[in-house]
Amino acid sequence: MTRVLIVAEHDGNELNPSTARCVTCARTLPQAEVAVAVLAADGGAVCQQAAALSGVDRVLRVDDAANAHALAATWAPQVAALSKGFTHVFGPSTTFGKDLMPRVAALLGAPQLSDIMAVEGAQRFRRPIYAGNAILTVEVPAGKQLVATVRVASFEAAPEGGSAAIETIALSVALPTHTRFISVSSDAADRPDLQAARRVISGGRAFGSAEKFNLLYSLADKLGAAVGASRAAVDAGYAPNDLQVGQTGKIIAPELYIAIGISGAIQHLTGIKDARTIVAINKDADAPIFEVADIGLVGDLFTILPEFEQLIGNKA
Amino acid sequence: MSKILVCVKRVVDFNVRIRVKPDGSGVVTDGVKMSINPFDEIALEEALRIKERGAAQEVIAVSIGPADAQQQLRTALAMGADRAVLVQVEAAPEPLSAARILLALIEREQPQIVILGKQAIDDDNNQTGQMLAALWNRPQATFASKMELADGRARVTREVDAGLETIEVDLPAVFTTDLRLNEPRYVKLPDIMKAKKKPLDTLKPDALGVAPVDTLKVVRCDPPPQRQRGIMVKDTQELVAALKKKGLLS
Ligand SMILES: Cc1cc2nc3c(=O)[nH]c(=O)nc-3n(C[C@H](O)[C@H](O)[C@H](O)COP(=O)(O)OP(=O)(O)OC[C@H]3O[C@@H](n4cnc5c(N)ncnc54)[C@H](O)[C@@H]3O)c2cc1C
Ligand SMILES: Nc1ncnc2c1ncn2[C@@H]1O[C@H](COP(=O)(O)O)[C@@H](O)[C@H]1O
Repeated sequence: MTRVLIVAEHDGNELNPSTARCVTCARTLPQAEVAVAVLAADGGAVCQQAAALSGVDRVLRVDDAANAHALAATWAPQVAALSKGFTHVFGPSTTFGKDLMPRVAALLGAPQLSDIMAVEGAQRFRRPIYAGNAILTVEVPAGKQLVATVRVASFEAAPEGGSAAIETIALSVALPTHTRFISVSSDAADRPDLQAARRVISGGRAFGSAEKFNLLYSLADKLGAAVGASRAAVDAGYAPNDLQVGQTGKIIAPELYIAIGISGAIQHLTGIKDARTIVAINKDADAPIFEVADIGLVGDLFTILPEFEQLIGNKA
Repeated sequence: MSKILVCVKRVVDFNVRIRVKPDGSGVVTDGVKMSINPFDEIALEEALRIKERGAAQEVIAVSIGPADAQQQLRTALAMGADRAVLVQVEAAPEPLSAARILLALIEREQPQIVILGKQAIDDDNNQTGQMLAALWNRPQATFASKMELADGRARVTREVDAGLETIEVDLPAVFTTDLRLNEPRYVKLPDIMKAKKKPLDTLKPDALGVAPVDTLKVVRCDPPPQRQRGIMVKDTQELVAALKKKGLLS
């Protein structure tokens, strides 16, 4: 019997879509029973959302004022305590899961597999290494508990339609006080979420300034797209860090990805390999981005962007 | 005396075009340029700046790897580390084993600050720092883009999916670096000469009482599926037409 525990990612009110993707991954394990753990100050609403996901058998609700923010040092001992009896413990391969899951694994003395992209059996998985330039098939010894993060771009979100039972759990775990949450700030709060968006347009160093980078936003609004950026654009301060797409930023799988003034370094391409259609706009016909683009256009972005915006009008 | 321990992994240079061996046993590393993992260069730079501000007295660079990893430790010494330790193994171990080795070194050296990269760009695991913090039972501040130290505490800005998060941790603590924490300095020639005289100790894991084990078995290594080069359009109008044809614009 395969028993999977998924640690829910949420902001206190809303379940992050990454959790539904982990459910799909867990469901592909043979004969899997899937439980979702919700750690929160007051997990009521999030538990309801988790219980409504198709493929979830149980929801474990752990309320504690200390769980108001997802501090790995605070959450890990609780997740480790919940993990007893589970063969697999999964979290999303988002900054939340990347921070938390290895801490859980070490407490359990279990190995961790990062970024599961495909399941070949309860003990056998595929994951990318070297920025996606090689794919490893890895086997976990039978009987060994496994901690893993799920590469969210590789799995669709589980649909709604479930009605799992919600169990309230009281843990008696000593929680550390050495780590304290101070604040979180976000520039892009009112824009479509990069990791969930069906359309993404990204800009690179070519924009030359934060002001000019703003050109992307009005086009993005017309397309209903999220905005992304290359590392160079983020480093230069044209775009906030949470827009970075790539090996060390976000890995995304939108239906449409438009790269504008981005050269196509391997570290960037890693983040967009799963996009259905890639469009590249670049003034250099030899830019590596064209090697992976489904549709390429050579030209100056400052000419093309206004034309593009005008041509699509308001009916995109 | 306050010490900083910095982890330095030897990896294939980020500019190298990775090739998978035809027999599927791994990627080609023979005759390939090797470097310090870029995130570890950032870790070392941060450690040096902390020392230069007077908030620490000694920076120790540590690597776990084959004898050749001495090259990367020499580079770390040339950048400014005071001494280096190589824990010599045939090949870099899994993160949990690496963390156990690092914990044993921490017990010996008693650093206040331990800085690692957020991920090694070869295995892309992003695990070791978090595991080390758990084993050590100390705070972790991962994906740091800003570190401020005062009164035995650190205030750290972290790059997270939502934006920037700030947390405060008590020292000693483990930190992992993100790209924008700093820009590492270049090594100057005289520093390379000086580095030759700095201490570089080599020891085996058993001297630390650790026996590294790899639990996960690599069955196969494959090249990724390649995306095909598509069509080129000649102007914006054609681009819009092509998108409409694919049903991506209405
Ligand atoms: C450890 C490590 C991790 C990294 N992680 C990431 C990551 O996660 N994501 C990421 O993106 N990068 C990452 N990088 C950086 C990556 O290697 C590249 O440096 C970066 O992606 C380049 O960004 P860019 O394409 O915007 O800039 P450039 O490479 O400078 O490309 C700019 C492009 O714009 C074109 N251009 C210029 N002017 C115009 C114009 N007027 N109109 C049209 N086109 C124009 C140019 O022809 C050029 O192709 C990482 C690097 C390292 C070492
Ligand atoms: N073999 C090693 N030698 C030195 N440092 C390492 C080693 N393995 C991992 N690290 C450190 O841990 C970080 C994260 O590595 P990983 O968890 O493998 O992605 C790296 O950036 C290094 O700082």
